[in-house]
Amino acid sequence: MTRETKLTRRETLLKLIAGGGALSLAGCGLDARSPAALAVLEKAETLTRLAQRALLAPREALAREYRPQDISSYFRPNGSTAPDDADYQDAAAIGFADWRLEVGGLVDNPLKLSLADLRAFAPRTQITRHDCVEGWSCIAQWKGARLASVLAAARPKPAARFIALFCADTLEQSLDGNGRYYETIDLVDAAHPQTILAYEMNGAPLPVEHGAPLRLRVERQLGYKMAKYVMRIEAIDGFAALGRGRGGFWEDRGYEWYAGI
Amino acid sequence: MSAAERAFRPGAQRVVLRHSALTRICHGINAVCFFALLMSGLQIFNAHPTLNFGQTTDFARPLLSLAPDGFPSWATLPEAQDLAVGRRWHFFFAWALALNGAVYLADLLLRGRIRRLWPSASDLASIPHAIVEHARLRFPKGDAALSYNVLQKLAYLAAIAAFPLLILAGLTMSPAIDAAFPWLVDAFGGRQSARAVHFLLASFLVAFVAIHLAMVVLSGPINNIVSMITGRYRIEEEGHDA
Repeated sequence: MTRETKLTRRETLLKLIAGGGALSLAGCGLDARSPAALAVLEKAETLTRLAQRALLAPREALAREYRPQDISSYFRPNGSTAPDDADYQDAAAIGFADWRLEVGGLVDNPLKLSLADLRAFAPRTQITRHDCVEGWSCIAQWKGARLASVLAAARPKPAARFIALFCADTLEQSLDGNGRYYETIDLVDAAHPQTILAYEMNGAPLPVEHGAPLRLRVERQLGYKMAKYVMRIEAIDGFAALGRGRGGFWEDRGYEWYAGI
Repeated sequence: MSAAERAFRPGAQRVVLRHSALTRICHGINAVCFFALLMSGLQIFNAHPTLNFGQTTDFARPLLSLAPDGFPSWATLPEAQDLAVGRRWHFFFAWALALNGAVYLADLLLRGRIRRLWPSASDLASIPHAIVEHARLRFPKGDAALSYNVLQKLAYLAAIAAFPLLILAGLTMSPAIDAAFPWLVDAFGGRQSARAVHFLLASFLVAFVAIHLAMVVLSGPINNIVSMITGRYRIEEEGHDA
């Protein structure tokens, strides 16, 4: 092959790259959503998690807390806003009087906690910014029990590595029954002082559209980690067996498990 | 005829090494990252196709709104609406861009290459003249073609400065980074401001790249492209000087 043809080929390639803005990848025979491509791209998530966790050392670095006058007059409800699951509707109809939060899995002391039981834990109140993966932000005041306190009462076994939260809402009707919302967080986030099980928002009981009677707040991650309508908490050693195995409802649908970015 | 004679003959050409191997490699990686980030960024923007200033989103009064559809699908990566996949592409290439940019910046600053881009006082005085020359599409020949003119210097410096700012504005959208560096949020005037700044800086870079590519085409596309791949740049001697 002569030098000229080599150059011509390189030039053509560069022109293709330069013109990439106008060319769809499909036109180049590349599928942006192919599992092989995504498997490579997902490596960046590990890098992001390790880098951010290193930056957040000491791991108690707190998310900013705002002033009461910063609270958003309108806080957009997202995901499920009115679960139509029968069990949930029955519980809501009587103001969650019979509702109990189950705490189990890899724990020595499984619990069933009423809202009054949860209020008996030392409460934490925080005014924080909620960042949705879609791009918008709202500020609200949240009051609840620290997840760390609730877990301490249940005495997790040494094998526990993650906390799974199972919710009442079915966000997607799917044949494999994996449409129910759930989330998993690791012990770093579970132990964080601002990680709370919130039963109040802006000084009133948590409204249904925001997850009544109980939602999780994980202030250093995006909104989808903060499961609403929490019914059961389990200490687990891995989440491969849950849902489609990626650690949460949205994670099963391609979103990052680590949502600090 | 010797090489020297050939080089100084009126109308003749000589070939110089214009770009170092490192510059060429960084430029290539940067070009790929830029388009991947731009198109996946438009995909991410489309999940909430409005901008606001401040900490929070004022849904009723956006600063800019392309609702409900946002950018057309041919401009987004992937083509279909898919925020999850758009984020995968964006964050992978964000790492690549940042690491590649760090290597380039280190080379530029530590090895003093930035001197080629830093405008002198006489450069700044020649801005009006340079604008006229550009508008007439008259490009320098001979040795003058080897150094950047003042408009090029300013444009390249602005683009080089825009990338770190763009990355910082992007990082400010991360709730974890905000917890680690709260001053970053204040520097941009809030998380939604950072999102708007990220978008505006990206828009500036789109304009830069559009003009950059136009100038590549107008001032000798083959020679320019070859020089950015092989480093070898062909210079036409100025005939009337001989």
